[in-house]
Amino acid sequence: MAGVETSHEMGLHTEPLKGRDIKTMFSLDNEGTYAYAFAPDVDFNKRSSVDCEGKEATEINLEIRELIKTGHGTIVLENPGAKHSIIVGILHRMNFIVNGSLGYFGCGLLDGPSVRINGRVGWSFGENMMAGVCVVEKNAGSTFGAAIRGGDLVCKGSVGSRTGIDQKGGTILVGGDTGAFSGFMMQRGRMVVCGNAGKNLGDSMYDGTIYVGGEIRDLGVDAIPAELTDLDKAWLTRKLTQYEMMPEKGVDHFTKIVAGKQLWSYDNLEPSEKKLVL
Amino acid sequence: MCGIAGLIHRKGSSNVGQEMTNMLQALKHRGPDSTGFAVYGEPEENTFILRFKVAEQEDLAKSLKMGDEIVKRKAAVDETLKALGVVVKELAEATEYAYRYEIQYDGDMQKMADHVEDIDGAEILSVGSALELIKDLGDASVVSEAYGLDNFTGTHAIGHTRMATESDVDIRSAHPYWAYPYSDIAVVHNGQITNYWLMRRQLEREGQRFVSNCDSELLAVYTAVNLEKGLSLEESLTKSIDEIDGVFTYLVTTKDQLGMAKDSMAAKPMVLYESDDMVALASEEVAIRAIIPHEIDTWDPYDEEVRVWQA
Repeated sequence: MAGVETSHEMGLHTEPLKGRDIKTMFSLDNEGTYAYAFAPDVDFNKRSSVDCEGKEATEINLEIRELIKTGHGTIVLENPGAKHSIIVGILHRMNFIVNGSLGYFGCGLLDGPSVRINGRVGWSFGENMMAGVCVVEKNAGSTFGAAIRGGDLVCKGSVGSRTGIDQKGGTILVGGDTGAFSGFMMQRGRMVVCGNAGKNLGDSMYDGTIYVGGEIRDLGVDAIPAELTDLDKAWLTRKLTQYEMMPEKGVDHFTKIVAGKQLWSYDNLEPSEKKLVL
Repeated sequence: MCGIAGLIHRKGSSNVGQEMTNMLQALKHRGPDSTGFAVYGEPEENTFILRFKVAEQEDLAKSLKMGDEIVKRKAAVDETLKALGVVVKELAEATEYAYRYEIQYDGDMQKMADHVEDIDGAEILSVGSALELIKDLGDASVVSEAYGLDNFTGTHAIGHTRMATESDVDIRSAHPYWAYPYSDIAVVHNGQITNYWLMRRQLEREGQRFVSNCDSELLAVYTAVNLEKGLSLEESLTKSIDEIDGVFTYLVTTKDQLGMAKDSMAAKPMVLYESDDMVALASEEVAIRAIIPHEIDTWDPYDEEVRVWQA
C-alpha cells in the first residue's frame, strides 16, 4: 500500500484501486440497468404471491424462480415461518415483500432486488449482497450483512453480534443496538448504528466508517474515533431520513469510528518477509 | 453443531412433552445422532422420579443373550433399592432397557445413586421430584414416541439434538446432563468448553463425580455445586461466563426455573421469545415456530447475557 493517501472523510479514500480486471458480467447493450446478460425481463407491476406454509426452502426458491421466468417483478411471500435460505442468489432488479420472518441465510448473494421483510430475520441475513435494498422491520440475528459489497441493508430493530463482519462495501443501517465485534475486519463501506454498540466495535478493521448514535461499550484493535464532519452529517441525514429511521436527537451526537491503519504493516516488511506473508 | 431448546410456562402447566418434541424435531438438522429431554412435571410430596437404564440400543444388537442380561440387571437394581429402604410406588418400563420408577426415599441420594450405578450396565439418567430426563439415539419423534412423551404435562422443559463431536454416539454422551447426584438440575449446551479438563479435575478433587467424557456435563456439575453453595441460578450463570472458557450457549433448569447464559464471543446462536404466559428459546427460530406458528417478535440475546425465568 505504498504511497496511499489516506482520508477519513466518510470512509472514502483517494488511493487508486489496483488489481486484475473485473470480468465483464453485464450486457453491454443494457448499460442503463446493469442487468446480467442472462437476467429475464420482469415487470414490476406483475405481482404474484407464494404461500410458504408446509413447503421446504428449495421448493419455495424454485417457485420464486419460475415466477421470475414468467416475468413477475413483484413477489410476495406469505407464511415464511422463519425458514432458512429463502430468496437467495437473485441477480437482477425486482421487488420482494415477505409477510413474516425468515430464518438463517435469508436474502444471501443478492445483486439488485429490493426486499422488505415485515418480520425478523435469523443469522447471516443479506450475506455477500452486491446491490439492491433489503429492509427488515423487526430484529435480526448475528452476522447481519456479512461480507456485503454493495447496496443498502437496513434493520429497523436490533441486530446480533458480528454485524457486517468482513464488510467490503455498501451500507448497513441498524435502528436499534448491535452486538459484540460489529464491523470486525471491515474493509470498506459504511455502517450506521442508531442505538448502542457492543464490545470490540470495529475490531481489526482495515477501512470503512462506522457511525454510532448510542453508547459504544469499547473499541476493538485499531478502531479509532474520528471527527464527524458536515459531509458525514449530511450523508447520515439523507440515509436515515430515506429509511424513516432518523433519531429524535438528529445526527449531531453520532460518534464516527474509522481504522487507525496501524495494522497496515506490510510495507514495513523486507522482501523476503513479504514472500512469507503474501 | 447441536441444537438446544427450552420453554417455560409462567401460568400453570401445559403439554411440555409434546411441545418440546415439536421444537426438537424442527432442529433435527442440527444433530441427528441423539435427542434428549429434561421435562419437569408436577411434583408429589415425598416422591421422586427415578429414570435409569441398564443397557444401550446397540447392546441389544450385539448379543442375543442381552435380553436375559437386562432382566438380571433390573432385578439387581430392584434388590439394591429394596435393601436401601427405597419404596417403589410405581414402576414403568419406558423401553426394553430403560425404566421409570416413582419412589419414596428419605436417605442419602448419593448413596442410593452410587449403589445403583455399581450394578453392571446400570446408569441413572435422573432423580428428581419434578425432573424426568429422557435421552436416546434417534430424532425427537422417535425418542418421544418410544418414551411416551406426547402427553407429558409440566411447567418447563429443555431439550437437545446432538451432533457428536467430542465424544461417542451413545446415551451416556447424549444431552441433557443431570448433575449427579443433585436432583432436579439439568443442562443442555451448544459449543465447546476448552478448560473442561482443568475444571473437571478441580471439581473431582472436591468430590464431584462425572459419568461421561462430554464437556457439557461440566456445566451441570458446576451449576449444581454453585447452587449447593448458596448461589442463585442467576449468580451461577453470571459466574460461569468468567470461569468457563470456550464458546457456549447453554440452558439450565431447576425444579422451578429456566436459565440461559451466552459466552463473551456470542458464537453460538439463540433466539428468544417472551410473553406474559411463556418463554421459548432455541438455537433457531424454526423451533419456536413449531409451537407458535403465528407471527411473533423474537430477538437474539447478546454476548455475556444471562437470563432466568420462574415457572
